[in-house]
Amino acid sequence: MSASAPWRRVAWVVIALLLLAAPFLIEILFGRTWVRITDVALLFIMLALGLNIVVGFAGLLDLGYIAFFAVGAYCYALLASPQLGMHWPFLVLLPLGAMVAAVFGILLGAPTLRLRGDYLAIVTLGFGEIIRVLLNNLNRPVNITNGPQGITLIDPLQIGGFSLAQTHSFAGLTFTALHNYYFVFLACAVLSIIISRRLEDSRIGRAWVAIREDELAAASMGINTRNMKLLAFAMGATFGGVAGGLFASFQGFISPESFHLIDSIMVLCMVVLGGMGNVAGVVLGAVLLTVLPEALRYIGPLQQRWFGEVFIDPSDLRMLLFGLALVLMMLFRPSGIWPARRRKAEENHAAG
Amino acid sequence: MNALLTVHQLEVSYGGIQAVKGIDLSIGRGELVALIGANGAGKSSTLKALSGLLKPRAGRIEYDGAEITGKPAYHLVRHGLAMVPEGRGVFPRLTVAENLAMGAYIHHDKAAIARDFERAYALFPRLAERRTQPAGTLSGGEQQMLAMARALMCRPRLLLLDEPSMGLAPLMVQKIFETVRAVAAEGVTMLLVEQNARLALETCDRGYVMESGAIVLADNAKTLLSSPQVRQAYLGE
Repeated sequence: MSASAPWRRVAWVVIALLLLAAPFLIEILFGRTWVRITDVALLFIMLALGLNIVVGFAGLLDLGYIAFFAVGAYCYALLASPQLGMHWPFLVLLPLGAMVAAVFGILLGAPTLRLRGDYLAIVTLGFGEIIRVLLNNLNRPVNITNGPQGITLIDPLQIGGFSLAQTHSFAGLTFTALHNYYFVFLACAVLSIIISRRLEDSRIGRAWVAIREDELAAASMGINTRNMKLLAFAMGATFGGVAGGLFASFQGFISPESFHLIDSIMVLCMVVLGGMGNVAGVVLGAVLLTVLPEALRYIGPLQQRWFGEVFIDPSDLRMLLFGLALVLMMLFRPSGIWPARRRKAEENHAAG
Repeated sequence: MNALLTVHQLEVSYGGIQAVKGIDLSIGRGELVALIGANGAGKSSTLKALSGLLKPRAGRIEYDGAEITGKPAYHLVRHGLAMVPEGRGVFPRLTVAENLAMGAYIHHDKAAIARDFERAYALFPRLAERRTQPAGTLSGGEQQMLAMARALMCRPRLLLLDEPSMGLAPLMVQKIFETVRAVAAEGVTMLLVEQNARLALETCDRGYVMESGAIVLADNAKTLLSSPQVRQAYLGE
């Protein structure tokens, strides 16, 4: 093992350099659209890691997770747009969004403490819908959220005098808004990964594992199951809230349309497909499930090139292939692409 | 007698059904006490209330001189009142060693925890052999051993055992009771809830007999074993 340590360090340096060069390489190879997709993928990594805390670590099935993303996004949008005429700085708004989302996490967690599995899933699903319907309807009698029209002209991220929405030149490289956001999102995603890993190996992480495995037994080990479950909801929501704030500033426009049940399910798919409970797997799942649907858009032009005409509308085929990919994955790798060590061990024992 | 646990007029209900209808019992320090009775007599409900997993409807529970009625389980464990749940409740996907480590959740002193591990493995050599195996792959008897070893990891002064012999082969039942005696020999006070009345009474110092939510007999284990009432109802004679 001693020989592998230097190589490991070299590998990390290479990965770091690749990540730093990624937006420029991607722009040259695939075009600007793909830089945007990369930015979105980084946001989804944060979201998936947040949901992984709730579902993967603590074993609480949450089908309304996107609500926390919405809370974070609206928190930022309302306080940094002409909607309410407020333009708070982002360094205040991001922690505030995280805190508000955490409070909502506890609001969801507290009444559902006794629920598990299917029942919890239904309640969380309802919670997600409540948030979306509220955002849709809080435009009357007092217009707060501007209803279905959403909020426009959201302030871009601004750190000191440096606006991420503007193009900057530095060291012979041109940093467009997409590049700027990439680096901020990358930093946040890396931080999310580090926090997730640290949580996993901590006392808190062990308490979550115990609750996931057997809640009654966990309580008789001296674990305060109520607080630990609330903590999981709050921590997961925090990740969602931060990602939401970043999303709002990145898009400049948000509406309740972005926070549908299907989006919750998509994030859940990332967690499950990548490998529930395993941070690396969840990151992989988030990247794959952001990139795959986008890549499948190219099926239209490919049909045109190969057959001279488009037989099947790519938007139809896209969801079909996506669904098929999910089914195949679950058939052949039921614990995810990159399963958590523990689930893999269990699978092997079941087979053997 | 200097009692470690005193229960006064304890009542427990599930929904509308009253499972325990005002019972009194006490356990002295170092004692090994059996609580026997048929299915549905209220034994497990009593145990759950004592361990803080269930809030009693009425009554008073005193542990080590302080009232603990309605205190949550995680709080009681920290004061040395531990329970081995019915159906064992091991963490199936965690290895044997990880299960034991979870038992030491409330402790922080690494050296002492390492000693606890050694003691657990000495008491249950079978677990030492299987320390890297997921608990879900152990046999029923081994899981029961693990559940007991795990409960010992939190260094209990009072251990509540819920039906340790449930669903085990007769040979394994004998083994489990041997370990119950071994744990008792280490000075741990125990309350043993059992359907296997004969083994429980042969193992314990004293016994309580429960019938439809009430305690109908309380005496020395030997006296109970020879009581016609117990012999007829629980020993099948």
